[in-house]
Amino acid sequence: MRRLVIFFFCLTFLASCSPAFPATSRTNPSAYIQDKGSDTMVNLALAWAARYQNEYSQVSLSVTGGGSGTGIAALLNKTVDIANASRAMTPDEQKLAQARGIQPVEVVVCRDAITVIVNPSNPVSQLTLQQVSDIYSGKINNWRDVGGDTRPIVRLSREINSGTYADFLQMVIRLGRSQDTTLFSTDTLLLPSSESIINEIRQNPNAIGYDGLGYVPSDLKVIALARDAEGPYVRPTIQTVNDDTYPLARDLYMYTAGQPKGAVKDYLDWILSPEAQAIVTDLGFVPVSK
Amino acid sequence: MKKPSNWSEAIIAAVIKTCGYSTIVFIILIFYFLLREGLPALTEVKLSELFSARWYPIENHFGILPLLTGSLVVTVGAMLVAVPFGIGTAVFIAEIAPRPLREVLKPLVELLGGLPSVMLGFLGILVLAPFLRTFLNLPTGLTALAGSLLLGGIAIPTVVSITEDALDAVPQGYREGALAMGATRWQTIWRVTLPAASSGTLTAVMLGVGRAIGETMVVLMVTGNAPVMAVRLNSILSPVRTMTATIAAEMGEVANGSTYYHVLFFIGLILFLISLAVNVAASSVVFRQKKRAERVLG
Repeated sequence: MRRLVIFFFCLTFLASCSPAFPATSRTNPSAYIQDKGSDTMVNLALAWAARYQNEYSQVSLSVTGGGSGTGIAALLNKTVDIANASRAMTPDEQKLAQARGIQPVEVVVCRDAITVIVNPSNPVSQLTLQQVSDIYSGKINNWRDVGGDTRPIVRLSREINSGTYADFLQMVIRLGRSQDTTLFSTDTLLLPSSESIINEIRQNPNAIGYDGLGYVPSDLKVIALARDAEGPYVRPTIQTVNDDTYPLARDLYMYTAGQPKGAVKDYLDWILSPEAQAIVTDLGFVPVSK
Repeated sequence: MKKPSNWSEAIIAAVIKTCGYSTIVFIILIFYFLLREGLPALTEVKLSELFSARWYPIENHFGILPLLTGSLVVTVGAMLVAVPFGIGTAVFIAEIAPRPLREVLKPLVELLGGLPSVMLGFLGILVLAPFLRTFLNLPTGLTALAGSLLLGGIAIPTVVSITEDALDAVPQGYREGALAMGATRWQTIWRVTLPAASSGTLTAVMLGVGRAIGETMVVLMVTGNAPVMAVRLNSILSPVRTMTATIAAEMGEVANGSTYYHVLFFIGLILFLISLAVNVAASSVVFRQKKRAERVLG
């Protein structure tokens, strides 16, 4: 009797070692695509993956966030097929890629804008890029210096692994000057997600923050930006991003290691199709203009 | 040791021995891994730079002092909350509460310890931070104080359990002797029972410190993560950046083997050594007290 029980347990153990049958009606996927990177793009990437898998059930996609830096690092470590990035690869990352024998290929998948947001009760509605730069580098510390109430300015930012952070540092704080070494002020709060930034701004009238266009809810106040003191103050909309009148328009990228082939190439081609770009508009980003 | 009389006893003894030794082996392996990945930071970054006040790793400023002071401020604040509340609760549960109330309170305190820390962090950003901002008229509520209050709450169950066990272990004869000498209940507790349980209380506080300094999720969400040097008295009312939050936020994007990677592991090494020191201190206190008690009782 005891031997029978032991035999039965061994059998169960061996049987459980085989792969389980998937619960869905999907046939065994013939291709797996790993997609990782930008938190700005993660919702978009998930929407794309869901729609693509619906139509092409033989492909299985996995999407994760973690920040542009994390995605690019994973691509260079050869653990993912596609890296989502809201910033371009840095020269250091390019060098590391060459050293590992990887030739990264960049595809612009949609456009986005970095918006500067404040609490709705804040009377300030427009700023120049220089003013935003001075606020974030610590030169301006009180809202009255930019035409608001007498309140201390609380600066909010994403963490350093965020592509939005890197873009903001380059485009706003350093005003696009490549030799500039200005940094974020040390008392900038580095919050772990877009949601925490939005949460804090929603209830703190002293706060200023930045985020991608697709993430800003309608109850927060968006600041109109101008390139200089005379220039027109432009609010970010699909139109002003596409015709580049909004100063902080940027491209969002997907990187692959080498020219994309097979299932990855099909997926990237589909992303540039009108159907996928319609999803871009639904989520608040700007489709790639033809 | 007598030779085991049959196979099964020998096997069980061997398995238990392996489990016991394996814990030590795991800790040594972790320590070795941290040393291997973290010590290169000492050679790759100048010591004066490593212990400077500027943490800006993407521009190669690797000064870890702001992170150390951040962790320190939050931990000290947490203990200022956890020690009075923890010891007070333990004294109440062990000495004053009637038996039925005690049966209810003890599990409730354990429940507080079982709360997921990310949930407390969430409560912190939604409820505690706005409250602190309006109540104390601060620029923002995401400060070391918010972190300390929540960490104190997390450390309280640890302090309560161990202190309560220590108070229970004090022989009833001590209390009866004190009462026979004419002491009031409070005098008995404060001057006889609590001092007799002092080694257990100290251990409880040390373990609470260890818990607070290692907590990651709560501090990542509510302290604001700004790498400022938290050395003034009012630094508790400003945002800080702790060592644990730094590792959690930045480890994902470092290139394997870079200087940045080694510095992050160096920070992990420091955390490990601090926890080790705290736990060794706690256990050495216990051993010292035991020896003295053995001498007294003969």
